[in-house]
Amino acid sequence: MVPLHGWGRGTSTRAHLAGIDSVADAVSVLRKADGDRGVVPRGLGRSYGDAAQNAGGTALDLTKLNRILHVDAESEPPTVSVQAGVSIDALMRAMLPFGLWVPVLPGTRQVTIGGAVAADVHGKNHHTEGSFGNHVRSLDLLTADLEVRTVSPDDDNPDLFWATIGGMGLTGVILGATIALQRTETAYFIVDTERCSDIHDLMAKMSNGDENYTYSVAWFDAVSKGKHMGRAVLTRGNKARLRDLPVKLAKDPLRFVAPSLGTVPEIFPNRMVNLVTARAFSTAWYHKAPKRRSGEIQNITEFFHPLDIVAEWNRLYGPHGFLQYQFVVPFSEADIFRTCVEMIVNSGHLSCLNVLKRFGPGDPAPLSFAMPGWTLTVDLPIEPGLDRLCDALDEQVVAAGGRVYLAKDSRLSAATFRKMYPRVEEFLAVRREVDPAGIFNSDLARRLELK
Amino acid sequence: MINAVGTPQSLLLLGGTSDIALAIARRYAIGHSLRVVLAARPGERRTAAAEELRSLGCKVREIDLEARDFGSHPATVEQAFADGDIDIAVVAFGLLGDPERAWREPEAVLELAEVNYTAPVHLGVMVAARMRAQGHGFIVALSSVAGERVRRSNFVYGSTKAGFDGFFLGLGEALRDHGVSVLVVRAGFVKSKMTRGVNEAPLAVTPDDVADAVVAAVKDKRELIWVPPPMRVVMSGLRHVPRPIFRRLPI
Repeated sequence: MVPLHGWGRGTSTRAHLAGIDSVADAVSVLRKADGDRGVVPRGLGRSYGDAAQNAGGTALDLTKLNRILHVDAESEPPTVSVQAGVSIDALMRAMLPFGLWVPVLPGTRQVTIGGAVAADVHGKNHHTEGSFGNHVRSLDLLTADLEVRTVSPDDDNPDLFWATIGGMGLTGVILGATIALQRTETAYFIVDTERCSDIHDLMAKMSNGDENYTYSVAWFDAVSKGKHMGRAVLTRGNKARLRDLPVKLAKDPLRFVAPSLGTVPEIFPNRMVNLVTARAFSTAWYHKAPKRRSGEIQNITEFFHPLDIVAEWNRLYGPHGFLQYQFVVPFSEADIFRTCVEMIVNSGHLSCLNVLKRFGPGDPAPLSFAMPGWTLTVDLPIEPGLDRLCDALDEQVVAAGGRVYLAKDSRLSAATFRKMYPRVEEFLAVRREVDPAGIFNSDLARRLELK
Repeated sequence: MINAVGTPQSLLLLGGTSDIALAIARRYAIGHSLRVVLAARPGERRTAAAEELRSLGCKVREIDLEARDFGSHPATVEQAFADGDIDIAVVAFGLLGDPERAWREPEAVLELAEVNYTAPVHLGVMVAARMRAQGHGFIVALSSVAGERVRRSNFVYGSTKAGFDGFFLGLGEALRDHGVSVLVVRAGFVKSKMTRGVNEAPLAVTPDDVADAVVAAVKDKRELIWVPPPMRVVMSGLRHVPRPIFRRLPI
């Protein structure tokens, strides 16, 4: 058995890692699977918590099922069929030359399509385009009975399809997907950036004007207290058209710009993120942004994935790891949202990468995270007392009728989870039907008692 | 599963009526739906402990543990894991015994050796095997500073704890590559039912102090702690005191 952990590195357990090269291999792994500990599909390991871990059991490594099978650029919308292990990075690189664009991009491109479906990931365009599941036309799913089923939202009974969207790999192994793409003239964005002096200013600005932008997100300062509390940098943008580009960029408008500054070595101690570094980082991030700038042309990495420039950046947090707390509360509960921000800022726990966004409508998946409301993400190094802060935040989130994102979670209790996801029984009914013996299992499933 | 902030879902208390074990369970019970397996002799004390934990919102299963009946141990461990994974197993049972009887009466020395050493190591390897199979887990072994430098006044007890301590430290090394952690807790004088009637030693602590230290150490994934922490320095000094002087110390 080998140690497996999520991106946050806070929980590590041992499992058999089964590498597979074909669908037939996947079937034979399932056939041999130990009914007691079960199997979980695993992609690039970017979920922060224990979703792709399966202590004592098997983790099925799907990253070698990485072929792009078919592109239909003529249909409207254009579609692509891929194996589940294809990364969003690889898919974007392959599609851009055809002028095709992946409709939903999470905070890193280093996730597999299977993982993007299983976590129903969202991006900066959630308020306009929804989450990944909204763009899936069909899925090939290897279920516990060793059959490969094709499921789609247009099925007479789409329950299995929607249970698989956001289903954290617990309905079966997603082997492949057909995804609707968008057309694009360029790989650039026209971006407006503005600073907001505090959390009230930020929420007011976002509430008025997000509808003018396809993409919108804010970074905010969760370290400074007092009058700077929640000061933020708001970036919003739209896809650039060919005529928007300067001549130099227009020569190669679909160029995929993805620089790399190398890999973070495994040398950093715990408490690397401390009051000094966190304050310096937060101040620098705020002040490096222009007070107000509009119409700036940015490339994919600048606009979407600044963290992808450095590989393995999670090592900066040291061996104890960190956890990411992302929650959403309905728009009507903006006060609770501000209370949560205050609780984080005043807790003494330090978070540098704080993202705030407004969500649009959710999709029909029973375990999908997104719902109309405010969502906030903080990265917190694991230190004493963090459990109390997170429990207190959970309480607020539950009271507001909100929820925590499972792809990032590594600590929610089963009881709290049920309060946040009232439709869990719909999910479990499907799961019991397609996997009565509970062959698909994970540390997350055990922790949240998803059986 | 133990979550990212060190909170377990399930707890096995071997010696389920021990004051320290129950203090640990109470700590973990706060605000979480904890499943506790209480392994102890059947009787009023176990019933009362189970009732108390249930009143705190725990799901409790009582199972029989007879330390000196080695043949019963496999069934005890089987039952302990019957409802699912055990995240943390606390090895908490033990006897202080009458130190003078213990070296004069063969039956007394055998009892201490079996309860304090043979039974814990026998159960320890069985729990370890289960945890290896589940790919995760934490064993908390309640040792004692009495085993760190064995002294005349309670050398039988001390010798059993010396063996116990060495075994669980070694078990922790053996399990390093199997995803299972072992925490050895060297407690000083703990004011509990086990030490009732014994003169309190300096740096005495309460079961709650030990429980707090254990919870923090599990979070930090520590392997060895002293409670209270200054005991580490004291024992480090005592280890190097020459025998002629050591035997004159009033300890």
